[in-house]
Amino acid sequence: MIRVDGQGSSNSLIQVRGLNKTYKRGGESIQVLQGLNLDVDKGDFVAFMGPSGSGKTTLLNLLGGLDVPTSGTISVDGDEITHMSASKLTQWRARHVGFVFQMYNLIPVLTAYQNVELPLLLTKLSSTDRRKHVETVLSVVGLADRMHHYPRQLSGGQEQRVTIARAIVSDPTFLLCDEPTGDLDRKSATEIMLLIEQLVEKHGKTVLMVTHDPVVAARAHITLHLEKGVLVEGSAERLAAMAGGAA
Amino acid sequence: MKFARLILANLFRKKVRLILTIGSFAVALFLFTFLAVVKSAFSRGTEIAGADRLVTINRIGLINVLPLSYADKIRAIPGVKAVTHNHWFGGVYQDERNFFPQFVIDVENHRKVMSEFKVPDDQWNKFVQDQQGAIAGTTLAKRFGWKVGDRIPIKNALYGTTKTWEFNLDGIYHDDKPGGDDGQFWLQWKYFDENVPAVIKSTAGWYVLKVDSPDDAARVGKAIDAQFANSSNETKTETESAFAAGFAKQLGNIEFLILVIGGVVFFTLLLVTGNTMAISVRERTGELAVLKAIGFSGRAVMFFVLAESLAIALFGGLLGLGLAIVAIPFVGTMLRGLLPTLVLSASLLGLGLLFAVFVGGASGLLPGIGALRLRVVDALRRV
Repeated sequence: MIRVDGQGSSNSLIQVRGLNKTYKRGGESIQVLQGLNLDVDKGDFVAFMGPSGSGKTTLLNLLGGLDVPTSGTISVDGDEITHMSASKLTQWRARHVGFVFQMYNLIPVLTAYQNVELPLLLTKLSSTDRRKHVETVLSVVGLADRMHHYPRQLSGGQEQRVTIARAIVSDPTFLLCDEPTGDLDRKSATEIMLLIEQLVEKHGKTVLMVTHDPVVAARAHITLHLEKGVLVEGSAERLAAMAGGAA
Repeated sequence: MKFARLILANLFRKKVRLILTIGSFAVALFLFTFLAVVKSAFSRGTEIAGADRLVTINRIGLINVLPLSYADKIRAIPGVKAVTHNHWFGGVYQDERNFFPQFVIDVENHRKVMSEFKVPDDQWNKFVQDQQGAIAGTTLAKRFGWKVGDRIPIKNALYGTTKTWEFNLDGIYHDDKPGGDDGQFWLQWKYFDENVPAVIKSTAGWYVLKVDSPDDAARVGKAIDAQFANSSNETKTETESAFAAGFAKQLGNIEFLILVIGGVVFFTLLLVTGNTMAISVRERTGELAVLKAIGFSGRAVMFFVLAESLAIALFGGLLGLGLAIVAIPFVGTMLRGLLPTLVLSASLLGLGLLFAVFVGGASGLLPGIGALRLRVVDALRRV
């Protein structure tokens, strides 16, 4: 069950306690996160919303071990990541986190297949096993027939599918999606969201997603708003109303 | 090896830039190798000089001669095993471009002192009996297509009026030492002495002597110079390698010049390759950040950058060395007479390759460290 009051079960997959993040800009301290708490269970699908600069991406970076908090703790599946060394954190990310970025961030000189294979190069899998994994996930995202295409030969929606395939190919503990539909038209955005929903419902993936789009957020199990550095739960009715208004 | 595809894909990302960088690397490495070959050619005399040989010249300079009577006096000094004398002939064959070293030699003692030069006995005996005889090195004979029995005209202007001296090629020698000199032309002192002006008669250009022990060389050298001190022809005796080095220095400080040009080549290459790698890394900051985000370590990302840089260096280096293998013999032929024989040895090729790898590693180091230190969060924010 998703909670933001710090009272969640100790068995939560992701457990965040008293998370603070302060940036220093030109001698001025900006406190982005202020004692944030969060509990996420396996198979949950959470959307984070909030105005620009509210700290959504910062939270995602902290959860993904890309940044370190000023104080507070983050535990994932029993591992406290906030005190890991940089090299340990890198290894941890490879095993536990799948990243989906707004701008796809594929390597342009590699084919879809080669991009998806990248995380597997860090494992001890043989090339035959890597091939099986890559072909499977490309089938899951519906791009089996595009695996030898380069990113420039794919549409935005297809590129984002490749990014999702790259994120799930090593079967990570959870997915972090930063505005996964932010650069897509409505039709492609819907397709991507259906795919993410499918990953959650059919494959039991845990997904934490940042979005500005209430329609997209409405597809998550819960939407949490970042307000004044802490998370607050958004009402489903309000979001549905916002989604209706947007449509 | 599983990363090779990623490294190669990145390497060939900008093909025109890659070709230009590899091209500049190849040209620079060719220049470096050529300079190294020239330096080696000038110092070869020093390298192959006999440790047990001394050279005695006129203290004033090499162009001043010494009396022939000095030979017996030098031979009488304890520790001296054998003495021979030479003269510089300084002629040209057919035209001015065909210049090569011609030495007037003392047939009685030459082989006792210069034992590395091998001539078949029958050819040597014929040469000794033929006052107009001559012996050429294998390289020289090959260059002009000479055969034993050929009549060789050499035009000379150093001794009296310009005239053509005729020689019979009685033999062909080869130098036993690796990298030795097979480009000389020898003629008999007797024939020379009969045909030069009176002022040159009964003189030697320099003496070459063999000592009993190389450890005794310094003492023997001092004793010779002491013997002729305060005479009208004072001497300067030094080891053969010191003499060869001094001879090379008469052409100017070749080594310094080559080092300066080589240094400029090195730094230019470092800047060109370093700049290419820096631009290449800056262009894909976001991609490097993504690699780090999905679990590639900083060291792995640095390795990719260094591998690209080394690959450029190796491709460029091998191309440059290939160019050197093809072009240096050709350039050597064009510059024949102006420079000593140019030899591109395996060790020079190895040195060239080592140089390429060093420049490749050094030029990729700074961009590589940049990639190593790249903060994923900052880099992704810039994308």
